[in-house]
Amino acid sequence: MLRQLRLAIRTGIVTEPPPTEAEIERLGAQVAGEIRVRFGRSLAIRQVDAGSCNGCELEIGGLTGPHYDLERFGVHFVASPRHADCLLVTGPVTRNMAEALRRTWLATPDPKLVIAAGDCAGDGGIFRGSYAVVGGVREIVPVDALISGCPPSPAALLAGLLDALGRPR
Amino acid sequence: MTTALLLAVLQALVVALGAPLVVGTLRTLKARLVGRRGPVPWQPFLDLRKLLGKTPVVSDTTSWIFRATPYILAGAMLVAALAAPVLTSRPPLAFAGIILLMSLFLLGTFFLALAGLDAGSAFGGMGSSREVAVAALAEPTVMVAVFALALRANTTNLGAIVERVSAEPLLAVNAGHLLAFVAFFIVMLAETGRLPVDNPATHLELTMIHEAMVLEYSGRHLAMIEWASAMKLLVFLTLLANLFFPWGVPADVTAVALLLGLLALVGKLVVLVVALAALETAIAKLRLFRVPELLAGSFALGVLSVSAVVLLR
Amino acid sequence: MASVVYALTALLSAAVTTAGITGLLGARWSTRIEWLVPLGGFELEMDPLAGLFVALVGAVAVATSIYAVGYAGRDRRGCVAHAAFIGAMALVPLAANVMTFVLAWELMSLASYVLVLDGARAGREASASTHAAWVYAVMTHAGLACMLAGMLLLTAWTGSPRFADWGAAAPTLGAGARSLVWALLALGFAAKAGAVPLHVWLPLAHPAAPSHVSALMSAVMIKLGVYGLLRASFVWLAPAQVGWGVALLLVGALSAVAGVLYAVVDRDLKRLLAFSSIENVGIVFVGTGAAVAFAATGLPSLALLALVAALYHAVNHAAFKSLLFMAAGGVLHGTGTRDMELLGGLIKRQPWTATCFLVGAIAIAGLPPLNGFVSEWLIFQALLQNDLLSWPTMNLVFALAIAGLALAAGLAVACFVKAFGITFLALPRSDAAATAHDAAPTMRAAMLVTAAGCAALALGASWVVPALGAVGATLIAAPPPVTLGPWLTLEVSGDFATLSVPAVALALTGGVLLPIVLLAAARARPRPRRFETWSCGRLLQTARMEYTATAFADPFTRVFDFFYRPVRRLDVDLHPESRFFVRSIRYENPTRFIVDEWLYQPLGRVLRAATRHIGVIQSGSPNLYLAYVLAALLLLLLVA
Repeated sequence: MLRQLRLAIRTGIVTEPPPTEAEIERLGAQVAGEIRVRFGRSLAIRQVDAGSCNGCELEIGGLTGPHYDLERFGVHFVASPRHADCLLVTGPVTRNMAEALRRTWLATPDPKLVIAAGDCAGDGGIFRGSYAVVGGVREIVPVDALISGCPPSPAALLAGLLDALGRPR
Repeated sequence: MTTALLLAVLQALVVALGAPLVVGTLRTLKARLVGRRGPVPWQPFLDLRKLLGKTPVVSDTTSWIFRATPYILAGAMLVAALAAPVLTSRPPLAFAGIILLMSLFLLGTFFLALAGLDAGSAFGGMGSSREVAVAALAEPTVMVAVFALALRANTTNLGAIVERVSAEPLLAVNAGHLLAFVAFFIVMLAETGRLPVDNPATHLELTMIHEAMVLEYSGRHLAMIEWASAMKLLVFLTLLANLFFPWGVPADVTAVALLLGLLALVGKLVVLVVALAALETAIAKLRLFRVPELLAGSFALGVLSVSAVVLLR
Repeated sequence: MASVVYALTALLSAAVTTAGITGLLGARWSTRIEWLVPLGGFELEMDPLAGLFVALVGAVAVATSIYAVGYAGRDRRGCVAHAAFIGAMALVPLAANVMTFVLAWELMSLASYVLVLDGARAGREASASTHAAWVYAVMTHAGLACMLAGMLLLTAWTGSPRFADWGAAAPTLGAGARSLVWALLALGFAAKAGAVPLHVWLPLAHPAAPSHVSALMSAVMIKLGVYGLLRASFVWLAPAQVGWGVALLLVGALSAVAGVLYAVVDRDLKRLLAFSSIENVGIVFVGTGAAVAFAATGLPSLALLALVAALYHAVNHAAFKSLLFMAAGGVLHGTGTRDMELLGGLIKRQPWTATCFLVGAIAIAGLPPLNGFVSEWLIFQALLQNDLLSWPTMNLVFALAIAGLALAAGLAVACFVKAFGITFLALPRSDAAATAHDAAPTMRAAMLVTAAGCAALALGASWVVPALGAVGATLIAAPPPVTLGPWLTLEVSGDFATLSVPAVALALTGGVLLPIVLLAAARARPRPRRFETWSCGRLLQTARMEYTATAFADPFTRVFDFFYRPVRRLDVDLHPESRFFVRSIRYENPTRFIVDEWLYQPLGRVLRAATRHIGVIQSGSPNLYLAYVLAALLLLLLVA
């Protein structure tokens, strides 16, 4: 137990500042501003896997790690859609998951956002045209933003979140 | 009469507003200890404000108990906040004893467990079942710790215990006293759902105890429940600080005394919160069916503390 | 027709209650009818303790009689036995000599036996068998045998069958003699009260009887066992001895924990309530034992405090247990079953029954601001002061009792979350529950009155405690341990503990209303939207996915498995053509009752073996029997 604490104190804070490219930096400040307006600097995200290969999930998992640290912006992941403001959907929406996704969206209280992450969530990605997929989240629930990539990097995911919040409603 | 009313309002405000701050500070500290920047300490206030603006989604399976529970829970915690010796040793509900305080917490647990069952989902039932089991197993330790305190102070009235223990400073390094503190600390971990008993940040429903009962809540109902849980944590920490180490708790109710009392409380809370954050970071969650062993261990510590108090008189 | 009898019984019970209250407040009277009963005559005497129990009988009887008008008004069977039962129970506390007491006791047992048998055979409650009535009869008479042995010994030693003479003569008897008599009497009274290990009849008889009778039995009849113990310890065999108090404390703590442990894992609603009665009897025994122990070691003020707490809990239990049984009867009446695995969702079909059950559940769980909390709080305050006894062994016994009582209190909360939650909340688990109807108007009236009684007993603690103190003072001479402070505060033992129930109730009401008012003022109350329960987006959400009563109790079954000793059985039936396809799975995990297995079954085996051996003398030949008579006559002539 003490060894763990010593290691923690020795390692210190490893959170990287948001990516230094000028655009992302401008966008980084905008994220904080937009989230502040829409949700008072507090956003709860429920991640929904609609038949994804889990590549996007691994990148999303990186967002909550020490290097990207989503929590410092007031954003955190929650266990139940009842607690969520935003659904982060990945995967091409297989036919088996279509109804589940729709019910998850209906279970989320208003006001809410839907962000589709990854090429599959946009239009089916590499699974487009398969008999087993519906072909994109927008076929099932209204989508506020799409983050492209296969899979999108954590920095791109961060920028995409911002894109969703900047769009007029 | 007016001073009593002002004190009640002030104490209620301190607990109601301080509770989210304590929970937020705990989260920030835990984040820093694992190398993250973490949220700001006042993040829970922002979360609560956002939740109040959302439209709740309520299931048709539920009954009026589901909608009433958040308010009953918040009410019970507010009364507990007024009964605890937070700022002075003459709290607004001056007659309150420890048993009343613990029973108020049980009242909240009772209704929250019912609300968990009300939704008709397996998660809620599982959470309720585990929560009442943990609460039931923690009860003997609570009463034995109360016995240890009552033995020394010859009273179960909270304010009187604070005054009498503070009158004999050497008692605080009495072995029995410290053992009772450790036993009560473990009970606090169990009752407020902290590691190693329950992980408040988990997403795995099968490992949840407290969170599983509130999976169905949204909007202002969820805000009430989160706030009540934060107040429960703060009241427990205040009891640990002010009952076992009552230095700096004033007996009179003047502005200066209250301010000093608040500062002393903040100082003790800082120590406790840092210790709690370090503990939660360093140890892993116990398997659910090892929790009774932990509680049995705390009961043994409680019995030892009583024996120590009796034998070392 | 039966409704008329029940209504008359209600009126008579009201009169009995009034008589009891006058006795409670100090009126004393006695009557004696020499020729009615041999060996001393029929003698009644009213004093405060008798008045308290008579008032208790009467009050509960009023409620159950009104309830019975709606519940069993069309069933001719049992209405007369019900009235006889109440009459006998009212006579027991008033009895002033051995024969009157035994007559009233036997009448009470006989009437309840008839009622249990009736209920077991009645179509609606056919799940119980006559086994329940048989076990009840055996245990009652075993208890009576012990009690009678004790009373006859005392009559022989003091030379008089009148209770008043016993109190005067008792100090002249030796301590050993008094302990022997006490042990016999205590066995008898504890068997009636349902203390572990003499409790085996309670979970069989109480569920089998009709609900209004179960209410009477649980609420009042088992309290008469407590009455007997109080009389024996403080009046007939005074001065009390420490050993008696220790025995009562330990038996009480054991009963409290064992009773609630069995209640938590039970799936039959009425049997759960019966086990919970065992738990509460344990709590009353703990209070009584503490009173006896304190009285025997020279702490009369603490003894009086413990006694008042025990009496208060007995009264409170009568109130909320009768409420709970009446509500359970409402459930049974509306759905036709008392198996919790088949119930659910009744709060929407039976709102009145549900609300009354909720009030009873909050009260029995010992939660503020209702009456169960107040009496348990008082018992704890009495136990926590045991430090004044500077006797380490006794301190240890008290510490065990405190821990046991605390565990029982916590488990009671869990038990009644299960009882109310599984029965009334979420979705119905069977068609019977889905088509339930609510209770009849008289049933509702009786339940509401009892619920109001629970609230009154809590909020009126400042009047109840001094009244009970006056009753207790007739048994233990001591200054009142509870004084009244400002704001109707109860001050226990000076400044050891304080409590103001009305203030707590007021604070809770204010605390609950405050957030509502603040939110309304801030206009932060958007109307909720209705949608299904969150079940991970699953397509089919039925009642099969809810938590069951057995599942709810699973953590307890695991933690206390050394106590339950469950026998887990899992039968998996595979398809004959392929072992990868399962046809059916059968899972059983019944708990076993260790008292039955370790005590009663071996005892039964010994008895059967003994009777087989003794049965040899029953040869069937009249000549041999005549020879027995001759031999007995010769023996008597030689001895006398």
